[in-house]
Amino acid sequence: MKYQLVIRNGMVLTPDGGQAADVAIDGNAIVAVGGSCDGAEEIDAEGAWVGPGLVDLHAHLREPGQEWKEDIRTGSEAAAAGGYTAVVAMPNTQPAVDSGHIARLILERSHQVGLCEVVPAGSITMGREGALLSHLDELWEAGVRVFTDDGDSVHDAGLLRVAMEYLADRGAVVAQHAEDRALGAGGHMHEGSLSSRLGMKGIPAEAEEVVVARDLALTRLTGCRYHVQHVSSALSIGLVGTAKAAGLPVTAEVTPHHLAFDDSAVGSLDPAFKMYPPLRSSTDRGELRAALSSGLIDAVATDHAPHSAFETEVPFEEAPRGVIGLETSAAAVLTYCHLDQAGFFDRLSVAPARIGQIARQGRLLAPGEPANLTVIAPAEEWTVDGFRSKAENSPFRSLTLTGRVRATVFEGRLVHALVS
Amino acid sequence: MKHLLSIADLDRGELEDLLHLAGEFAEVLERPIPKVPTLRGKTVATVFFEASTRTRLSFERAAKALSADVMTFAPGTSSVTKGESLKDTALTIRATGADLLVVRHEAVGAAARVASWLDCPVINAGDGAHQHPTQALLDSLTIRQRFGKLDGLRIAIVGDVRNSRVARSDIDAFTLLGANVTLIAPPTLLPSDLEGFPVSVSHSLDEVIADLDVVYLLRIQMERGSGPGLPSLPEYVSRYGIDRGRLDRMAPDAVLMHPGPINRGVEIAANVADDPRALILAQVRNGVAVRMAVLFRLLGTS
Repeated sequence: MKYQLVIRNGMVLTPDGGQAADVAIDGNAIVAVGGSCDGAEEIDAEGAWVGPGLVDLHAHLREPGQEWKEDIRTGSEAAAAGGYTAVVAMPNTQPAVDSGHIARLILERSHQVGLCEVVPAGSITMGREGALLSHLDELWEAGVRVFTDDGDSVHDAGLLRVAMEYLADRGAVVAQHAEDRALGAGGHMHEGSLSSRLGMKGIPAEAEEVVVARDLALTRLTGCRYHVQHVSSALSIGLVGTAKAAGLPVTAEVTPHHLAFDDSAVGSLDPAFKMYPPLRSSTDRGELRAALSSGLIDAVATDHAPHSAFETEVPFEEAPRGVIGLETSAAAVLTYCHLDQAGFFDRLSVAPARIGQIARQGRLLAPGEPANLTVIAPAEEWTVDGFRSKAENSPFRSLTLTGRVRATVFEGRLVHALVS
Repeated sequence: MKHLLSIADLDRGELEDLLHLAGEFAEVLERPIPKVPTLRGKTVATVFFEASTRTRLSFERAAKALSADVMTFAPGTSSVTKGESLKDTALTIRATGADLLVVRHEAVGAAARVASWLDCPVINAGDGAHQHPTQALLDSLTIRQRFGKLDGLRIAIVGDVRNSRVARSDIDAFTLLGANVTLIAPPTLLPSDLEGFPVSVSHSLDEVIADLDVVYLLRIQMERGSGPGLPSLPEYVSRYGIDRGRLDRMAPDAVLMHPGPINRGVEIAANVADDPRALILAQVRNGVAVRMAVLFRLLGTS
């Protein structure tokens, strides 16, 4: 008997660790992991890792409201090409995801597209304006588990406390874009020797650190799960480590670009290196890499932030914030960090699925598990050129990276396969 | 030299060549008919997104003294008010027939960005608080005319260095030419990180004023953010302003400079600005000569 799809000869990440095996898929489930299987369709995974589909806790898919930058279809195509089978979509859409019906709209579009699971995050405050709480219960009932005003911090500590108290019992996670607006005001890059030379207003690392420190105190007060988005500074990592050691329910994510680059990259004044938080010092970058390896930082998240070419054909200071990342994330992590197969899939799939509470994702491969998986050749070199995303604002453009996504299977369907 | 975007792009030889050439053009400007036919048939476009009196006039005078035609772009009356992007604006000006663009913009790197889009030379006439290279050339020329050289001179740059493109350009040019540069300002008006600046620093003008050859005063730029770095303007004036008393404590042959426009009564007392040791108008005159030199180097060889 032939299975619907077989992935042959890969190094398969099972609950018992990596093993050379074939993976057989029927319907939307894994039906066998082991000896030789025959498939109606087959993928050769010789020399490649086969693991659970990647899960991104942090992407901007721009729908509804800014579809010229990206939409759920092109964002899903980019995700599939990058090995992702689930993406948490940030709520800074227009309108913001502050009510149940907007969350349901995104879920409905995601099902129509069917290339990956798009899970909406909800905003903490109405319109992300930092003044009134969103319809938190409505959002929860629509399936939202991650709440954030990403793009802005919730600056009002009293309001954040109420949100955390309201959400704590449900087990929701409050995720914070940590940036003190007064310390970071008017800044475009990391405050350091290069910003001083360029005469560009900087955003000191302390703009992140003071918010993280404050929020960890609120975590202790409320018991709510708290997640630091795109952590960028060494001191922030230290604060998270102290909180974890004290048993607080705290997690953190880091982006591929903060692992790959430091603020010296901004010297080119190419807006493909403009993002918030900004690329920090080489010391910070070293600490981020070490903390991802050790697991102190739980997850890699792309902060995929597409912008159209016409929006980035401006001087650096006038460029919009953010860069794309879904299609280069796995390769960037493999190029710039040292992770073994288990560590890689933990930080890019298992941990983010756990943090985002996405049930069918981040599960090690075994018969009966959902067929969401990805095939990655960890040693294959390739040069980044061309994107499925509508946008091209990538800091990795033209770079040669090591580690390539060869195939992605979502709910049993092959949604991405490189022709070799 | 393909563009002039930053003093940091020049080596000492190129910088001295421009100053030498500017010296020759300064003589041309003294003639009864101060005009040469060198750039006849060429068109220079001045593209200023920020207000300017002396820099724009000076570039236009320089272009005309070389017999180039001048096109003037003013964003307030242009399609920029209809939302045209910087790139489209630059391409349009080039397509209209400009052979060189002189660009001033409030964003760091704007002129460099324009240069990357065009197939013609671009001169940076000021990009945010980053660079203003022709200002550094005219300042260097002015100092050289007075002292013969910059090697070994003690030059203090006083005031809002943090927000000043003049300071960043002058530091690069003066040190490249061998001067010793001291920055004098309250900590909040200095760059937050001085690594990469080949300078010494003092917070007290009075401690060093007698030892200086050149006191270069920067404008307090309320529009560019000097304000939040200062407890009060009177406090700044009392510590860092040049009044008659401080002028008298300067060395006898020391000079005062200022990039203009001056705030009389702030950086410089009203009656001091007109003192013969203030070279402010000489700076303006030299602006035309150095801009002629730069235009000639970028457009004159073909």
